[in-house]
Amino acid sequence: MTKQTPLALWRRPTFWPVALLALLWLLNAALTPNFARIEVRDGRLFGSLIDVIHRGAPVMLLAVGMTLVIAMRGIDLSVGSVMAMAGAVAAQLIAVHDAPLAVVVAVPLVVAAAAGLWNGLLVTLAGMQPIVATLILLVAGRGVAQLITGGQITTFERPAFQFLGTGALLGVPFTLWLVAGVTLLVGALLRLTPLGLYVESIGGNERAARLAGVRVRAIKVAGYVLTGLCAGLAGLIATADIKAADVSNCGLYIELDAILAVVLGGTSLSGGRARMVGALAGALIMQTLTTTMLMRGIGQEYALVIKAVVALLVCLIYTPRFRGALQRLVGREVHAA
Amino acid sequence: MQRRVRLGLLIVLGLSGFAAVGACRRETPAAPEDTSATPSPSPASRPLTVAFVQVGAESAWRTAETRSIQTEAGKRPGIELKFFDAQQKQENQIRGLKSFVAQDVDVIVLAPVVETGWEPALREAKEAGIPVVLVDRGVNVTDESLYTTLIASDFVEEGRIAGRWLAEKTGGKCSIVELQGTVGAAPAIDRKKGFEEIIAQHPEMKIIKSQSGDFTRAGGKQVMEAFIKAEGRNIQAVYAHNDDMAIGAIQALKDAGMKPGQDVLVISIDAVRAAFEAMIAGELNATVECSPLFGPLLFDTIAKIVAGEPVPKKIINQDRLFEPHEAAALIDSREY
Repeated sequence: MTKQTPLALWRRPTFWPVALLALLWLLNAALTPNFARIEVRDGRLFGSLIDVIHRGAPVMLLAVGMTLVIAMRGIDLSVGSVMAMAGAVAAQLIAVHDAPLAVVVAVPLVVAAAAGLWNGLLVTLAGMQPIVATLILLVAGRGVAQLITGGQITTFERPAFQFLGTGALLGVPFTLWLVAGVTLLVGALLRLTPLGLYVESIGGNERAARLAGVRVRAIKVAGYVLTGLCAGLAGLIATADIKAADVSNCGLYIELDAILAVVLGGTSLSGGRARMVGALAGALIMQTLTTTMLMRGIGQEYALVIKAVVALLVCLIYTPRFRGALQRLVGREVHAA
Repeated sequence: MQRRVRLGLLIVLGLSGFAAVGACRRETPAAPEDTSATPSPSPASRPLTVAFVQVGAESAWRTAETRSIQTEAGKRPGIELKFFDAQQKQENQIRGLKSFVAQDVDVIVLAPVVETGWEPALREAKEAGIPVVLVDRGVNVTDESLYTTLIASDFVEEGRIAGRWLAEKTGGKCSIVELQGTVGAAPAIDRKKGFEEIIAQHPEMKIIKSQSGDFTRAGGKQVMEAFIKAEGRNIQAVYAHNDDMAIGAIQALKDAGMKPGQDVLVISIDAVRAAFEAMIAGELNATVECSPLFGPLLFDTIAKIVAGEPVPKKIINQDRLFEPHEAAALIDSREY
């Protein structure tokens, strides 16, 4: 199926987001002082590029789950609230109950998976529209998190748990290992088993998939549970990073970043394809923009506008009409996705 | 058919879950403590009835404010306090205000949740001859005579206090990074303004980077990380618009192998309990108080109003700066 001609690169679905990310990094390396400098400090890599990957980790994790859900023509708005819930449970387990590390990690993940299960059941059994079903948990989840911590910022000291957010393994931030692990695992499930085909067929035509014998409901529910788990993991990272469960701010509006990352990655909201590597690149594109703005001293109000312009450009490239115009302009065949 | 039953069950389950959450949240703020019957006025010892219309109990800061006013009322003889909790809603506040006007209390204290929309309710109070004292936030009214006075913190002054401290500590020579609050928020604008006023008087003090960290720990940490990468060891001081961002910045400095409090001076505003912990750990150099403890000043002012003495239109609740050497002694008395 893969063509070995140079043009094949253009046809690769993840070409555009990865190319844009590379372009951003190159531009930054040339224009932003110290951006490309990576040094080893205290036995770990230290530099802006490392920051980009480390800070982008929560959105990347969310994007992995969100890609699956969106590929099945669903969406999960509740990920930010699930992050806050997982963080609140973990902080409370440490600060109040002094629970062992395994419990502190496992219980929040179980809570997050349960949240995903709840979303999945509302979508499949109750037949709610995904945007409505997950909106419920978006609203209620943060309330639950506030109830757990009594609305206060719960702080804690537990080096072993903080390692999740700030530790490094072989000089590389632990968050990067986590993202890589989760991506490889889910990627392997999608590409080495028929699961990927099922997911895309559900998004393409749910009825046809069901008639062909795909267990639509079970796979959809599994997708939401996986997204919940990813959100739980992201919540643990965010909480471990600041040694505190800041329930009012943890993961606030992050669902929008995750959805945008997925869309930038080339996964259409109308379902039918899952572009996980693209989504990861999308998440990194946005984090690169944020970090660049901070380093260059560009005000937040401009930063948001610049982000929007970049997102708009990428999304335009995905529309056939814009691509057609571009083709006529360039006079050669330009393929995206 | 079976599917429909299952769907019904799910909906019921969902609704009940929601209701439970709603109910719990509603319980948390204290119920309005309306002590209804006013004692019959006997000319010698008629108590002074003060009604307090509070925003709610949305933060530790707010709870401390309520407690300060309640405690102070209890300490002063001849004061009867009526408390109304509006649960973060202006419509509730207006309702509370009107009912206190109808009860003909002596003084109304109002902590307005928003600035606009107060004209009609305040006019009713004025026509009934009841003085209204605003606390912690002002109101936007065309007719200033609608309220007697406003007691509030001066955010600009808080910025100045921070600036003066830093100028003194560094001999007027320092490269500073600033972590701003949420873009457009009044405390962020004013704390920046006050700080810059002082910096402008010292030609060798410079703000080399300034970005918003949204008043949160995670925001402060992320912004500080980027500053460290961009400026490295040039950074001599961090000025954060609130303690939470300073705590995030301290973590970023430590992650980068720098010593906050020693290599880099860190100063912030609010003086919450966590800031005192950071000062005891030697990582925060100073914090400027933004005090919610309005009680004493409030009742002093009310006493003047009742005695017919003139009071200024705006009274500043004096804020002060705390340093590490006093932190250990004071931390147990921090209520928020």
